[in-house]
Amino acid sequence: MLAVVGTVPDEGFPLLEGQVGLENNMLLLKGIKIPVNRGTPALIAAALAAGQALGNDPPYTYLVGDIGTGKGSRRLYENLVRHLPKKTFKVMTFHYLQPDVDWHNRVLFALEEMKPRPILIADAGFMYAAKMSGQAGAYDLFTPDAGEMAFLADEEAPHPFYTRGFILHEENRVPELITKAYENENGARCLLVKGKKDHIASRQGILATVDDPMVEALEPVGGTGDTLTGIVSALVASGMGVEEAAVLSARVNRLAGLYANPTPATQVIEVIKNIPKAMEEISKET
Amino acid sequence: MSFLGFLKKKQASKELGRDRGILVFENTSEVIRAENALKAAGWDVTVKGPPPEIRTGCDLVIEFPLIEELNVLRILEGSGLKPLQVVPVQSALLEPVSLFHTKDFGQYLMIRAANMKLTVDKKTLTIVNVSGGGCPDVPFLAQEMVGKSLSEAPTPKAIGHTLCGYALQLAYEQMRHQCSRS
Repeated sequence: MLAVVGTVPDEGFPLLEGQVGLENNMLLLKGIKIPVNRGTPALIAAALAAGQALGNDPPYTYLVGDIGTGKGSRRLYENLVRHLPKKTFKVMTFHYLQPDVDWHNRVLFALEEMKPRPILIADAGFMYAAKMSGQAGAYDLFTPDAGEMAFLADEEAPHPFYTRGFILHEENRVPELITKAYENENGARCLLVKGKKDHIASRQGILATVDDPMVEALEPVGGTGDTLTGIVSALVASGMGVEEAAVLSARVNRLAGLYANPTPATQVIEVIKNIPKAMEEISKET
Repeated sequence: MSFLGFLKKKQASKELGRDRGILVFENTSEVIRAENALKAAGWDVTVKGPPPEIRTGCDLVIEFPLIEELNVLRILEGSGLKPLQVVPVQSALLEPVSLFHTKDFGQYLMIRAANMKLTVDKKTLTIVNVSGGGCPDVPFLAQEMVGKSLSEAPTPKAIGHTLCGYALQLAYEQMRHQCSRS
């Protein structure tokens, strides 16, 4: 089963865990409705949509309210450290959490105690903490965008905000940034770098690129990276290899984006609604 | 990785203090006032000696969780304090990203600062999307800003907490600057 760990942008949202459902474009967890705008709820909704097509169980989620103060994230970290060693998940995806190196390392300790050790996917704040802690190699997949790729490549940067200027995060420099990230031991086993052209890479180099369909209007749409991470998480949870899942998820996400017929003002729920159709289309080809 | 190897690496990474930042003030009295204000607000801060490359003003600095720079600065501002410099502990010579990338989509304009993107409808000046970033205030900022006009929306500086929020503030300021010229 897939487990997703992240936050909800509502300070009053309690620390909750359990399997989620999707009802009228809202996530449903323990009777509480959660809007799907972007962030972790968008990731979960995308994983649900893709997982349904694959016959997956609904994801198990660990959610807490956090608006950036880090208070909720730290409560969640504490809960994970206490309970994860006794849990069993096939895949665990960590998402919008306050980057905190010390708590990250404690959570990683707890993950190492799980039997069997889950496949680990990290994006957003937890990926920042994984890089800062020097433990990127403990992860099976990171899903950075081009700017975050520059951050992974810069061995000095503590956050993308402080990525040094000479490490330009231009789309056409992504292969170079990937090489540099691995040289500095800051890459996960596999990288899915989202952008105008999506790059799937490992320490051995670029494994594949996906640039079709190209939908320019998706770049400003907040949450399309979250949906990509949700789709790849569902594919890996279905038993697919990480690299293959990364390539397929990039195609599904782009196709779902195309079907949403987006403008730069489109909201990500429109993309999520089209994931089942995109999954169906891709499954006809494979 | 072996358990022992992990332990050693963990220790090394903690020593690097990669997630800590330094606040530099003009004089020691400001450092003390800042320490009091931040501790009273519940922050885990410590007063230390500065690294050689930033020994320009006072001989004391405050170490704090760098990710939460925006939140810390707001508390200091509330106490009438403004640091001379805010830098990462790991390398005090690192500077925030200062380049902006602008993309014109016709009806819409997108500006990226560091890892954050802000998009507005050029005609109505309504914020239509916020994307990028990884700290938990990003979905919150998007929730509070999208659908509102540039002049009515709360600023990231006012309601954000992290470096992602700070980056969005830069994109927001640049957007206001560009939109005021057109």
